Amino acid sequence: MSFCPPAHLFIFTGMEAIALATILQYLVYGLQLGSVYALLALGYTMVYGIVGMINTAHGDFLMIGALGTYFIAKLFDSMSIDGTYPMLAVGCIILIATVMTGGIAVGVEAIAYRPLRNKPRMIALITAVGVSMFLTNFPRALPFIGPNPRPFPTLFTPKTFNVLGASITSTQIIMIVLAAVTMLALDRLVAKTKIGAQMRAVSMDKDAASLMGINIDKVISITFFIGGALAAVSGICYASVYPQVEVYMGSWLGNMSFVSAVLGGIGDIRGAMLGGFILGIAQIFATAINSTFGYAVGFIILIVILLVKPAGIMGKVTIEKV
Amino acid sequence: MKTTNAKTMHPLLRKFGPLLGCIVFYVVIMLLRKADIINGYYMQVMLFAGVNVLMTASLNLVNGFTGQFCIGHAGFMSLGAYGAAVITTMVFKSNSIPEAAQIPVFLLGLLCGGIVAAIVGALIGIPSLKLKGDYLAIVTLAFGEIVRALLRLIQPIGGARGMIGIPNYANFFWIMLFVVLTLWLLRNLIYSSYGRAFIAIRDNEIAADAMGINTTKYKIMSFCIAAFIAGVAGGLYAHVLSFIQPDSFGFVKSADYLVYLYAGGSGSLTGSVVGAVLLTILPEVLRFLATWRLVLYAIILIAVMLYRSEGLIGGKEVPFLRIKRSSLYEQPLFGRKKNGLSEE
Amino acid sequence: MKKILRILCLALCVIMAVSVCACGPSEKKGSVETIKIGLAFPMSGMAAMAGKYSTHGADVLKEELGGKITVGDKEYPIEFVVMDTEGSEEKTANVYQKLIEEEKVIAIAGPDSSKCMLAAAPIAQNAKCPAITSFGTNTAVTEVGDYIFRACFIDPFQGAVAAAYCDGQGHKTACIMFNNADAYSVGLKDAFVENYNGEVLAIEEYSGSDVKDYNVQLTKLAAQNPDVLLLPNLNVELGLQIQQARTAGLNCQIVCGDSADTPDVAKVAGPAIEGVAYVSAFSAESTDEAAKKFVDAYVELHPDELPNSNAELTYEAVKMIVWAIQNAKTLDRAGVRDALAAIDGLDLPSGKMTMDPETRNPIKGGIIMQYDADGITRYVSTVNP
Repeated sequence: MSFCPPAHLFIFTGMEAIALATILQYLVYGLQLGSVYALLALGYTMVYGIVGMINTAHGDFLMIGALGTYFIAKLFDSMSIDGTYPMLAVGCIILIATVMTGGIAVGVEAIAYRPLRNKPRMIALITAVGVSMFLTNFPRALPFIGPNPRPFPTLFTPKTFNVLGASITSTQIIMIVLAAVTMLALDRLVAKTKIGAQMRAVSMDKDAASLMGINIDKVISITFFIGGALAAVSGICYASVYPQVEVYMGSWLGNMSFVSAVLGGIGDIRGAMLGGFILGIAQIFATAINSTFGYAVGFIILIVILLVKPAGIMGKVTIEKV
Repeated sequence: MKTTNAKTMHPLLRKFGPLLGCIVFYVVIMLLRKADIINGYYMQVMLFAGVNVLMTASLNLVNGFTGQFCIGHAGFMSLGAYGAAVITTMVFKSNSIPEAAQIPVFLLGLLCGGIVAAIVGALIGIPSLKLKGDYLAIVTLAFGEIVRALLRLIQPIGGARGMIGIPNYANFFWIMLFVVLTLWLLRNLIYSSYGRAFIAIRDNEIAADAMGINTTKYKIMSFCIAAFIAGVAGGLYAHVLSFIQPDSFGFVKSADYLVYLYAGGSGSLTGSVVGAVLLTILPEVLRFLATWRLVLYAIILIAVMLYRSEGLIGGKEVPFLRIKRSSLYEQPLFGRKKNGLSEE
Repeated sequence: MKKILRILCLALCVIMAVSVCACGPSEKKGSVETIKIGLAFPMSGMAAMAGKYSTHGADVLKEELGGKITVGDKEYPIEFVVMDTEGSEEKTANVYQKLIEEEKVIAIAGPDSSKCMLAAAPIAQNAKCPAITSFGTNTAVTEVGDYIFRACFIDPFQGAVAAAYCDGQGHKTACIMFNNADAYSVGLKDAFVENYNGEVLAIEEYSGSDVKDYNVQLTKLAAQNPDVLLLPNLNVELGLQIQQARTAGLNCQIVCGDSADTPDVAKVAGPAIEGVAYVSAFSAESTDEAAKKFVDAYVELHPDELPNSNAELTYEAVKMIVWAIQNAKTLDRAGVRDALAAIDGLDLPSGKMTMDPETRNPIKGGIIMQYDADGITRYVSTVNP
């Protein structure tokens, strides 16, 4: 089982030339990828924690957000100067796209997931597979969207900074900061606000919460809205750095963020953030060692961590009372 | 639910009825094929449907009867496919062996494929002991992807580009034979003490443990058997399509089998047969819709899940796939709201 | 609940029964009088874009024929049957079976991907139905049998053209980044390496089209400072790769394979596309009359897009079939096959084409195209290695 390259070639393994600048550069890429995973994993984890279902269609919310931004930006085309948009327009575009995706998420929940709330998880999972298939194929079948990849509009003018030999663009900084700020905001929301308390109550025991007078439907709808909005933001960040949007972009990212959510302990917001960044950084560094390996390393880390700590890094092992 | 009037059926008919039915079905199909009423296209779809039935039935063993949460089943299929293909194309170069040796080589290939998959299945069973529910799901998903990544790396079997030129040994006879054999074996397994152990684990693992069932042993056993069947199915798949590549056995394929299983109704062998056959045929039948085909497929799937969550068959079994006195098993798995408590 | 279930089941059965009957034996009667050509392309799945361009290319020929074809002194109605392969080998095999057995097509054009073609070609060969792949460049495809043809050049040829171009431009060192999960990419890389006279400094790889982050590999290659960067990859990957290569500091000449001939690549890559050269069989800019006619007809049918290689090669494949039908000794699959093998000097948008009867690969020249700052491709030179 060996793959032998011809004698006059060699495969660059990356073990040579380990300079600080290169490591820093890889770290930047890792944080960039990690923040996308983290934002998406937050949505996954919230939905899981509060509703108890794995929403495999979550990656497609990201796609809807990114694709939506592309089309909404077209509406603002008249305001654009040289391909970039004034800050106000950028704010509007992001806001509209986020709200739209959140709305679609709420709609999906109401139609496809609400009736299945009391059924076993696998049924909801299969329905989520169906929803994912629908969300990917419906835009593809529409003639004005189609399967073509499109260039994402430049929302943030990229300025490159040079830090200790590694280059980092303003877009990347915005992404990483945005992910961190969002996590803090979400954490605050869940811990300190009334709606957060309601969410926590529902995640602990749905029936008891409803007995206490909490409107379960409303809480779950809000959860999905936030999840969808986060996915849209994640999509915008992702598309800003890898500016190609197409209907299939969500599935791979969805899988990866699911892995990060579980890695960090599914149901835990901080865990999702942690898992996302760990996975992103690990993938980048693994690719540096060997490109094909980089693809599988995420899963390998996951299995190792789950064997050592079955509930994920920050997960709490629930003791099942008989 | 009407009980079978098994007593009123002639004893010989009852015993050999299903087998006779299968033979008659086979003969009828072959005659229709000769008369070209069933053309190569229908035949091919039926072959794929047969492979899917095997896969769905084996997944049913793990997910439906043992209550585990395996979502990487296509990984076992790929191991079996590559195992069998390596034996038939590389170890015994298929073009240069005499006619008479072809069938034993084919069967040997299937056996090897199944064994490889079963060994890996045992390895997967081990972490499943510690992990519950969703975590097990992740591990199985990760397993599927890791197998795919590893197969891409191995160049002698074609790496990412896949393996071509696999001989076309699997025809309707073999597929039919394996389907009937597997269903028969699974039925006997489920209604044996092993099967009762599996179902006990599914219903309440802690209680089963308390009753002295060695949950470890049975969980690993169910993974192994399911993996073996999936491996054989993979080998058959390779010999129908003559070309395999690692990417076709990713999460999308695993998701397909999950859909077949739950749309048909888990916990029932009839359900997996019906689910696999109907949903293999459905995309072909919907071809007249062109670009909207998959959209309608998705809508049908969502509708079935919403309005008939227990699956189209709903956990019931066709008479010859169950034993008379086991009406205990005949409760639909979902929607069982005895005390108003929802199912796990 | 039970009622809904019954109605659902009934409806499902009815739909299935109707459609099975509808596409059943009733088509057989038409086969003698109506000539059918099958088109097997991915209309859904990751490769859907290629399928879209391909079918649009076939549309141009459909318009040209106007539904009729003259063979000898008789006129026959002609029909194109399009089916979705979903980009999966299994489904392609099903499509081929359906086209051959049910629709009774006289020949099949497509699919565009080597791996799907490899899975389906044995079916066509066994059924003795001629099949032409529009864009399957892997050498193994035509080796399946004498009923399998190809409309495009093969990877070894492309690689040789690219290598000859680089040598001709005086580029002494090269780096490569390729997709190890795709037969096209690997084949092209191998062919380039074999034919290149300069030194290949480093090769990096990645796995599959899902990955969008090539920064790590490109950074490593940038450190090597080569004269030319070869990206023998698929069009859905190239846009981002070119952009990231420039950001990573690779300011050398970038050379790609023929999949770069897609307007979407330029759109995604943005300003970085300037100067990127690629091997092509066809130039939308060519002043050649046949090419101009094709481009004009295409734009008339689909005003928002320009044809790319997929479209053009599909047009060629179908045109070859039509020519073969018109020049076949007997109007059946065997006759069409023999006529295809005998094509000599057929006027196609990419130039005059001759089919090599031994390998069933077309003998064509290769040209180098280059993108300018506006994302428009300009013809650079013709290379005959």
